Formats: sequence, C-alpha cells, structure tokens
Amino acid sequence: MSMTLTEKILARRAGKSAVTAGDSVLVDVDVLMTHDVCGPGTIGVFKREFGEKARVWDAKRVVIIPDHYIFTSDRRSNRNVDILREFVRDQGIPYFYDVIDDPSGKWEFDASRGIELAQYGAKYAGVCHIALPEKGHTRPGEVLVGTDSHTCTAGAFGEFATGIGNTDAAFVMGTGKILLRTPPTMRFRLVGEMQPGVMAKDIILHVIGEIGFDGATYKAMEFGGEGVGPMSIDDRMTVANMGVEAGAKNAIFEADAKTIAFVKARAAEHGTAVPFETVTPDAGANYVYDLTVDLSALEPTVALHPDPGRRKVASACGDIKLDRAYIGSCTGGKTSDFEAFADIVDGKEVRIDTFGVPATPQIVRELKANRRNGRSTWDVLLDAGVRMTENAGCAACLGGPSDTFGRINEPLSCISTTNRNFPGRMGDAGGRIYLASPYTVAASALAGHIVDPRDYLPGVRELEEVGA
Amino acid sequence: MSTVIRGKAYVVGDNIDTDQIIPAQYLALVPTIEEEYRKLGTYALCGLPVEEYPTRLTENEKVPCPYNIIIAGRNFGCGSSREHAPIALGAAGVEIVIAESFARIFFRNCIATGELYPADCPERLCEVFKTGDALEIDLDALTVKRAADGASHALNPLGEVKTVVAAGGLFAYARETGLVPERSAAS
Ligand code: SF4
Repeated sequence: MSMTLTEKILARRAGKSAVTAGDSVLVDVDVLMTHDVCGPGTIGVFKREFGEKARVWDAKRVVIIPDHYIFTSDRRSNRNVDILREFVRDQGIPYFYDVIDDPSGKWEFDASRGIELAQYGAKYAGVCHIALPEKGHTRPGEVLVGTDSHTCTAGAFGEFATGIGNTDAAFVMGTGKILLRTPPTMRFRLVGEMQPGVMAKDIILHVIGEIGFDGATYKAMEFGGEGVGPMSIDDRMTVANMGVEAGAKNAIFEADAKTIAFVKARAAEHGTAVPFETVTPDAGANYVYDLTVDLSALEPTVALHPDPGRRKVASACGDIKLDRAYIGSCTGGKTSDFEAFADIVDGKEVRIDTFGVPATPQIVRELKANRRNGRSTWDVLLDAGVRMTENAGCAACLGGPSDTFGRINEPLSCISTTNRNFPGRMGDAGGRIYLASPYTVAASALAGHIVDPRDYLPGVRELEEVGA
Repeated sequence: MSTVIRGKAYVVGDNIDTDQIIPAQYLALVPTIEEEYRKLGTYALCGLPVEEYPTRLTENEKVPCPYNIIIAGRNFGCGSSREHAPIALGAAGVEIVIAESFARIFFRNCIATGELYPADCPERLCEVFKTGDALEIDLDALTVKRAADGASHALNPLGEVKTVVAAGGLFAYARETGLVPERSAAS
C-alpha cells in the first residue's frame, strides 16, 4: 500500500506494515522534549500516575530545555527551572540544557545586572526548537513529541514531530509510547525559485493565507517538490515551524543530502549520534489536498493582526503605522534571520523601538563572530539602533512575565518575525502584532510603517530593472 | 456517571486561542500543585478582550464560576499546546465546551486531562445561545436544549471521547484498558 511520509513513519514506529489516515496507533517515541513551562506539570502528572519513585522509560530519550521564562525576576518561573533540575538529577537524564552550571544550584535571575548581558552557564541552549537540531536531537524517520506546539519545527528534518500536552507527555515519560490518530496528509509541491527579497517566512505565510488558519486542522502538511532542494535547513525549519499556525498536527519535509549532512555534523559535534533511517513518501500515496506553490511568484508577505491567516502582500499594506519591531523566536531568531535583518539595516538607523533576541547562545556567538566590512553582525545591529540581548530564549514572543525583554506592556503595534499574532500574544491584550519575514520587519523598522523590503535591499530593485 | 449536564452557558466567538483562555503570564503556575491549579481556574478566559466580552467568566477570581458550559464558534483552543488551557477551564468549573470546531492539541488535552468534554456541533450555536442561557445537554441523546424554549439542537457523536473523559482522562482510561498498570502496582 502506498503511504505518505507521515503514514510511513507512524507505521514503522507502530510496528505495522501499513497504516492509513484515521487509524489509531500506539507509537514508539524516539525523543520526548519538554521545557520550563510545561515540564514541571508533566513531571507532576508522571509522579502522580506512575508513583514518586517511578523511572522515565529511557533517560537518553528525554530532552529537557528550559527556554521560556528564564530571564525574569518572577519567582515561580525561576522555581520551575529548579523543579526540572531536581527531576533530572533524580532520573539521571543526560540531555538537560540547564540555565546554570551547578547541578545542585538554584536559578535566580539577577535584574541588577541588566537584561542585555548573558546570565547563563555553558550548558544553556536557548529556544527548544532551535536547540534540538543544534544539539543533534533531530533525525529523519523518527517520532519526536514535545510539550510545545511548535515541536512541528523538527519536521524540517524528515521526522514526525508534534506538540502534546502535559498528560500525554507524562504518559510518554512512563511508557515510551503515545496513542496517535494517523492524520490525513496535505501535499504542498514547491516549485520555482524565490526571488530576491522573498524569504521562507513568506512561503508559509502565503500557504496559511491560502488554506486558512484552521485549514490543516488534524492533518499533516507534507512539503516536497524541486523547490525544496535549494532551501536551506533554516528555511525548512521556518516553514515547518508555522504548520501549527494552520492547525496542522505535523509539518514535514522529505530529508535530502543536505538534511543528512546537517544531522550527522551536529550529532558528531555533540556526541548525540544515534542510527537513523531516512523515510521517503511512496508514489501514489493518498493526499487529501494538493497545492503547487510557485516560489518565483511569491512576494514579501505579512499576516495582519489578529491571526496568522490574515495574509496581505507587504506592498499592499498601505500605511500601517508601527510602534515597535521585534526579531527573535523559533521562527525568526536564527543566525540567517539576523543576517538578513542586518542586510537591510546595515549603515542605517531604525525609526521605531526595535528588539532583537537570538534564539540560542550559539546564535549569539555566531552573530558576534560573523563579519561585514570588518564589523560583527552584532555590532552592525547595535549601531542601527536595535536593542540586542545576549539572553537567548523565547522572551517576548509569548509575552511572559511583565519584566520580559521586549514585552509589549501597552497596546502597541508591533511587526515581528515570530509566529503568532493573536490578541495578547506578546503581552498587552490590546497589542496589534503583524507577522513578517526578517527582511520585511527590518525595512519596516527603518520606515516606521509596513513596507515592501525590496525597496530597501541593496541591489534588488536595480537588479530587477536590469533583468526586466 | 451522569451524562446529562445542566447549567448556564458562556458564549464566545471564533478562534478563541489559548492565550485568551489562559494568558502566558500565568503559565508559571504548575497545574499539578493544588493551590496553583485553583489559581489557574480564577484566570480562565481572562484574556478575552473586555470591550467584546464585558461579562467575564469569573468575577473577582471566584471559582467555581457561574457558568459550567461554554459555547463557541470555529477553531476553539487554537495556538499553544499548554495544558493549562483545558485545566484552567476545568478548574473554573466548566464541564463542557461545545464548539463548531476545535484546534487539535486543545481537543486532545481536554480528553487526556479528563477536565471537560470537547463536543462539536453541526450548527453555529454561538449565534443561537446567549451568555446566561440555562441549557440542558444530554450526551447520550446528543442534544442541547435551552430551558426557556425547549428548542433542541444536535451534537455530533462523541465516540471514544466520551468514554475517556467519563473515565477521568487518559490515565484512568489506560488503566481500565490495561495500557498502564494499576496504580498500586506502579508505585
Ligand atoms: S520562541 Fe515563541 S513560539 Fe517558539 S517556543 Fe518560544 S514561545 Fe513558543
């Protein structure tokens, strides 16, 4: 029987020769990820249901990444990191990316040292969905579940990855298994090549606009086609990340040589190598939806407040005034995102308050090491007036405690490289959030209102004219 | 366990996301700590814009709230995977959400926690009922009636969802079906 990529992975991990959409299956989990917001509750359910002395099913397969509410004086948030540490110590979990280096210490954010300078130890890894691949925990063909809806990001590596709640996660902790309904698959064929000024974020904002922001509810989104090959790993992650913004259970890319090289390199670097087997979709598999996306026809795109499906091309946004710009998160806080941002603001100055939060400490290091005309990308961003923090993490992407860096504490309009723009998402319930690519956010930060970044990208308009 | 639910409705529109159900600044509360579970209930749906929803689900942080039934439009519970969302509603005293459709993770979390029934319906009931309406829901007959006029509206079949929620959630169900050992054997 022909199967989609998602069906094939679920069949393998359920120990069946075939599954089809709608089948309920008990699946073996390869990796369970949790963080500081949902980890303590998951641990609570695990102990309540399996007993105080219960052991996790496989300590090497539980990855714990505090990242959400870290750099805040909120006492409960600091305590939650301590709950994780204590559990990790009891269970002997090797992959715990603690905020501090002392395994018996307590985490306390020191506001008097300011929010910009790094306050973490050597192990801290930053935003879980970027840290997972960076540290070598994502592999093609596997099943990854996490207590975070954007766990779907790891679908970029050809694996089945989905977000679950605390109770489900506690069940996985104790049994290594999860009950899943096999989702029907929607196929997205990417063809053509993105034009200068267009980024991966524009692909997914376009797709969500096309199918609606509940258009993939309960379904798998499978991305394939010749347009995938040239996309970088970062680009694929950006697209997979926002699958859940269309309601998808998972989003998945076919793995190729680029994927495998990336995965092997990270595993070798961090000593996390585990054998894996790449899975490909069968010809003739059953798709409930099929859409060809011509990447060459895409334009810089914005999702208007208040949901990620409100698509509009940036050039048609008219005069939407902004108070603030934000670059960061698991969607738009990677090195390549900041580099794109810097391409636009290099040598210029932002006109509105602009905050930059790299997703991981590794990205902070890269931005400080990368050079443009002899200066680091980090300094270029600072000189352009971007407030950068070394304290990598989720920060204001989801609002968080009121002292969170970049949080919207008043009803402001903000353009952001993040993934959600529901009312109250970045803090104040009256805030208006516009989602866009790093290029579009950068250009809009220079202009003070939403603009098409192609007018700001050195060489782009000229090139187009020569080519025309 | 009775499968008739009687009480007062709280009516909301489309796309009520998890940030509106329980805003992110309250996520540091750990649902398995009893006092923090109760606290979560006091904040349920407090992210709804006040202009649109002048009547609040909970007033003055009092739980249980006066409403045990939520009626919603499309895509209820979209957004994050936070289990705090169904838990906050459950802790506020909500027993069932009837919506035109649900976001996947929220739906699943309702079932896993056993906090409340997620029921979908073919009709747009959020335009039929008003906040404060007294309703009677029969989960066997799959009907929802307004006490005032007795008009009956259909619910879609709940299937396994009813069994698992009635059992008390994923773990209770898993014990009944032998997926995980009895509690005494586990500890
Ligand atoms: S960066 Fe934002 S979307 Fe990503 S995991 Fe953190 S809070 Fe969630």
